[in-house]
Amino acid sequence: MKDLTVLTGSEIAQGIKDGSLNEEGVLSFFKARIEKKDTSLKSFVEVYDKPLEADGSSDLGGVPIAIKDNICIKGKKITCASKILASHVSVYDATVVERLKKTGLRIVGTANMDEFAFGSSTENSCYGPTKNPWDTSRVPGGSSGGSAAAVGARLVPFALGSDTGGSIRQPACFCGVVGFKPTYGRVSRYGLVAFGSSLDQIGPLTTNFIDCAHLLNIISGYDPKDSTSDMAESVDFTGALVDDVKNIRIGIPKEYFGEGLDGQVRQAINEAIEIFKKKGVQTVQVSLPHTEYAVATYYIVASSEASSNLQRFDGIRYGARCASGNLKEVYFASRGKGLGDESKRRIFLGTHSLSSGYYDAYYARALKVRTLIRRDFDEVFRNVDVVLTPTSPTPAFKIGEKVTDPLSMYLSDIYTISANLAGLPAVSVPCGFAKGNLPIGLQLIARAFDESTLIRLGFSYQRTTDFHKRIPSV
Amino acid sequence: MTKEDIVAYVANLARIHISREEKEFLEGQLTKILDYIGKLKELDVEGVEPMSGFRLSHNITRDDVTKQSHVREDILRNAPNREGDYFKVPKVIE
Repeated sequence: MKDLTVLTGSEIAQGIKDGSLNEEGVLSFFKARIEKKDTSLKSFVEVYDKPLEADGSSDLGGVPIAIKDNICIKGKKITCASKILASHVSVYDATVVERLKKTGLRIVGTANMDEFAFGSSTENSCYGPTKNPWDTSRVPGGSSGGSAAAVGARLVPFALGSDTGGSIRQPACFCGVVGFKPTYGRVSRYGLVAFGSSLDQIGPLTTNFIDCAHLLNIISGYDPKDSTSDMAESVDFTGALVDDVKNIRIGIPKEYFGEGLDGQVRQAINEAIEIFKKKGVQTVQVSLPHTEYAVATYYIVASSEASSNLQRFDGIRYGARCASGNLKEVYFASRGKGLGDESKRRIFLGTHSLSSGYYDAYYARALKVRTLIRRDFDEVFRNVDVVLTPTSPTPAFKIGEKVTDPLSMYLSDIYTISANLAGLPAVSVPCGFAKGNLPIGLQLIARAFDESTLIRLGFSYQRTTDFHKRIPSV
Repeated sequence: MTKEDIVAYVANLARIHISREEKEFLEGQLTKILDYIGKLKELDVEGVEPMSGFRLSHNITRDDVTKQSHVREDILRNAPNREGDYFKVPKVIE
């Protein structure tokens, strides 16, 4: 069998369509690769004996895909990498899963993650950490670290993740792949286990923008089962796969290039800006003055929503039940034993922010600062089309490095959080390598529902660079 | 409220049992996190509208038509404890 790791998912699908590849051969190629490589990477929670059946066809038909373990697949286990859900079986398909099945994609298994998507390193998983395919002593990022590592190592051509504060983009950056967070409302959240309901979006992790555009076409669109999904006419994102970025205006926000930004990352971003300039974009220095408040705002808003959303894990209707005794004892013991450390921290922080006497000082105030952060972007987007920043201040850090210091872990999301607070589409694009072959990513953020401009810029950039074509030797 | 009290208080509100060890390290970590998020107090937010979501302009309703949603047996299969077609739960009323 020919080496499929160098092909895009779209090329594999085309090969299946024109008969130069056969679907079973493709599936067994990637299955063998998973079996060989994932014993050390641990990017999967479960690999199915056989990929799930799928009807219908599309430009990605027949191609295998991995799904983050917080998205429901009917009849299959969904654990969110939490002990409390370790034996839970999905009763229904998430809307995105239904759409993948209807367009012929073959789901091969579920990807590891931080428990309930709380984390930036995939170390908060009850199954243990996933390793970065570029350096197995380092984290793959998180919380969609399993999805990013699997795509980075080419164990699957692409995967779905979810992004509440950077959970698609930051791991994509650390693993050298494209990670796209759509506009809030672009993709249905039905069947995504809720973390921060006003922030969560499902999105694709791919090696390139062609696959990214095709996957977005499949998963986007209004869903009556998610009233926050947008009713706007659907867009064909493949229309943006054009190598022409002349006169697109890119804003460079000075707040994203300050203290804490690694020198190698800074240099790679500056080189990328030069490439964009050569391709005809105009760059402008801009300011997003409330950036320094984004992490604090996010941790109040997201944890408050999480503390509310996770009330359902109480050992009564589903999930592991611990202790007999009275109702209160069951609640305390089931949640105490079933939830991990970071989940407890977030629930405590959220419960505290929402509690009587603290609500105004924390939650109510954070919602107002959220308005200020969104206004910063409204203001900037009057003059530019896109904002360009680093995705993460540093390349992948060491496993264990930040696990005992949650605040330093939270600060690793400093560049990705604002797009969620403002509801904007954003993508991480591979743009270089630091010492030790560690991938570096740049982030592009656009106006709400202007995913097309991000795809156009990303596609055009990848026409001129080959960072996305390098494959780790893990 | 002291930081020790805060952890015990929210653990009770959130219905989560924590061991003495967990309580100690959570106290240290939460204190640091609360100090950090306290920086929002620097900002003047007088008169700023809160932003809680994106599509709150109108309610979305559907027609009141009966249709199959989920299969009861599938749902009950995930129950930690059941009796026939019912969830079996601890005694609620003393």
